[in-house]
Amino acid sequence: MSHEISEHDVIVIGAGGAGLRAAIAAAELSPKLSIAVVSKVYPMRSHTVSAEGGAAAVTREYDNLDAHARDTIFGADFLADQDAVEAFVAEAPHELIQLEHWGCPWSRDADGRISVRSFGGMSVKRTLFAADKTGFHMLHALFQTSLKYDHIVRYDECFVTSLLVEDGRARGITNVNLYTGEVMVLAANAIVLCTGGGGRVFPFTTNAAIKTGDGMALAYRAGVPLKDMEFVQYHPTGLPGTGILITEASRSEGGWLKNKDGHRYLQDYGLGPPTDTPTQRKMELGPRDILSRCHMQEYQKGHTFEGPHGHYVHLDLRHLGQELIDRKLPFVRELVRNYVGIDPVYEPIPVRPVVHYMMGGVHTDMDGKTPLEGLYAAGETACVSINGANRLGSNSLTECLVFGARAGRNAAEYASGMGTPTSNPLAALARDEQHRLDSQFFKKEGGSERIAAIRTEMQHAMEEGAGIYRDASSMGATCEKLRELRERFSRIRLEDSSEVFNTERISALELDFMLDVADTIANGALLRKESRGSHTRTDFPSRDDENFLKHTLAYRTDEGPRLDYAPVKITRWQPEERKY
Amino acid sequence: MSERTITLDVTRYRPHQEAVPTVQSYAIPFPDDWVVLDALNHIKDQVDGSLSYRWSCRMGVCGSCGMMVNGEPKLSCAVFLRDYFPRAIRVEPLSNFPVIRDLVIDMSGFLDKLKSVKPWIIREQEKPLSEGEYLQSPRELDAYQHFSQCINCMLCYAACPVFGLDSGFVGPAAIALGYRYNLDSRDHGTAERREVLGDHEGIWQCTFVGECSVVCPKHVDPAAAIQRVKVDTAKDWILSLVMPWGQR
Repeated sequence: MSHEISEHDVIVIGAGGAGLRAAIAAAELSPKLSIAVVSKVYPMRSHTVSAEGGAAAVTREYDNLDAHARDTIFGADFLADQDAVEAFVAEAPHELIQLEHWGCPWSRDADGRISVRSFGGMSVKRTLFAADKTGFHMLHALFQTSLKYDHIVRYDECFVTSLLVEDGRARGITNVNLYTGEVMVLAANAIVLCTGGGGRVFPFTTNAAIKTGDGMALAYRAGVPLKDMEFVQYHPTGLPGTGILITEASRSEGGWLKNKDGHRYLQDYGLGPPTDTPTQRKMELGPRDILSRCHMQEYQKGHTFEGPHGHYVHLDLRHLGQELIDRKLPFVRELVRNYVGIDPVYEPIPVRPVVHYMMGGVHTDMDGKTPLEGLYAAGETACVSINGANRLGSNSLTECLVFGARAGRNAAEYASGMGTPTSNPLAALARDEQHRLDSQFFKKEGGSERIAAIRTEMQHAMEEGAGIYRDASSMGATCEKLRELRERFSRIRLEDSSEVFNTERISALELDFMLDVADTIANGALLRKESRGSHTRTDFPSRDDENFLKHTLAYRTDEGPRLDYAPVKITRWQPEERKY
Repeated sequence: MSERTITLDVTRYRPHQEAVPTVQSYAIPFPDDWVVLDALNHIKDQVDGSLSYRWSCRMGVCGSCGMMVNGEPKLSCAVFLRDYFPRAIRVEPLSNFPVIRDLVIDMSGFLDKLKSVKPWIIREQEKPLSEGEYLQSPRELDAYQHFSQCINCMLCYAACPVFGLDSGFVGPAAIALGYRYNLDSRDHGTAERREVLGDHEGIWQCTFVGECSVVCPKHVDPAAAIQRVKVDTAKDWILSLVMPWGQR
């Protein structure tokens, strides 16, 4: 069977914040370039839509770039590359103003300037916001703006199954068109991965169903290392049961975390003293990794509530009053009313830590380039790294813009220098991929394993071994379990043989990717024998700069990930103890 | 948490297998906090892997999971099974759209309509980024903010009697989004949008019924946008009669 091959200059995979920003940057470089945007969902369904609190950048006279860089590096527990952080903070204001010019409805001060709010781990108010729907508004502004470029060609609801690599260069992709079930081939000189994170490898996450680490697995299978995958951020305030995010902005606006005795327990963990109005970097405005650990310690001390979905504490907004809640946190009120059945104006919100963000991802440099020629990555999919061992809230939306633009521009520049993409060598690669898809998925017969069963067992193994607290024996058991699940995955049963909008196939392909991603997280965690940022080991409770001030790089082999390490770039901020 | 069992009557349609849609019934044991989407996920994961539908964020903001629930357009992640129990729940694809498969509708036409209303900032002159943001007062933000809350979930199209008769109608969500930019103090594109927003006979067939606004899960009130476009278009028409030389 031969495939029709569509040729473009640049292919962007994923149409969330990073992907759309990359596509627009590429489109603005030259009207002659053809930019394909391939996404498994319509762009406005991308998970950027769920981001709530805001986007950080230095826009006020009292603030400065060094302060933003220092906060970010300190929050990252010194695992961030400082040259990348410096570039990030320098370009952040420009990118957020650009989004303002593109129509994003930022919240405003009385004088008409874009408002800023506090955020965890940030030393001053520097987080721009659009009420508590910042990601939603950013995504729709980017998507709607992208519509004016006729040379951005969208492939909506197309699931990418592989990168086609020829002569050491990324040359194209294969994808399944959900409408027809057909495998399509796209060729290009440059490819940008912007598929977001993979929180769905865990059972309890703020992440949408589509967050299955696709781009990470695509790169990994193409021989590109994944960096620092063991660093998984738990957000301290998700709703029990659903995992729906209650934004950190509810604490920056003055919300309090209280245990079952009504005590603001964070003061017992060195984050005090408690103040009535929020103090930067203190108490409820501490960083997410530390707040999530405090919750677990309260649980171990028996200070948490127990509900049908496990332990929880209270996030109390009542003292903020209805007017402020409706103006600054309307989505929080809507979510809590709908999904908990209480009104946060009158009752405290039950919350618990929930998997939220992957600091790790596809290994890139500051330009978004991966080690594979022609392949770029940006956003949560990528690891530049500016987030190190723990990301500060409100840096990720900005990261999507800054590094989405960088990756898109660089990919477009590279593509324009390469002449017309040749599709000849891709035909054979595409046939191989079609054969793999047919034999393992589309025409697979027999099998006994349910997709959902393997997925659920994987998720629980990840929570057991790679949760907030980790140790060698639980992580080892998780690695072992993942090997068993990989083997069982070869015997999955597919019940749906239809070609049209076959979401069971997509679930199977996603699970295939997630098993790879989970493997890199668990193995990376097992070999990092220290505690740093979000990675907390009970058997190695201290940070160990002598042996582990370095990035983990996981390379795919048939026997599982092979781990290597790379140095962290230090420019002006020498590692010191991280204390708030 | 106590569990009860509810019946879901779900529309099935696989174009290569069935000539017309059929209904399949599933008995679903459910805890008190399950939404309709949880029941569909339970079916997909545990009972019948061939059921197809769209979903993603499960928190009412991505706009993927719109369906007819007992005849009303709803986000299936935002309606609770307990509110329908003990009666059975009928789950169908959104009305007024072609059906691709099971609960999946073809909404590609909306994407074209969205583009047609030019939902981006149009400026007579761009200010360089180095000069900073366009100032916008909270009052100016308020003027368009609620029209910017649309999640493109398509519930308003499923409720719209005009769209039901004429699929060429630009429709509530796209008109509201185009109008949102007209109201934005940073925008100068009203004239460019006039033709597509006001020209189609659809808006004149739209009555004050406002079904679109009733079903909108984000209180965007697209009916208000349509009525205001009508007024603006009529005003423009009258002005063009009075001052034919002065109108763009």
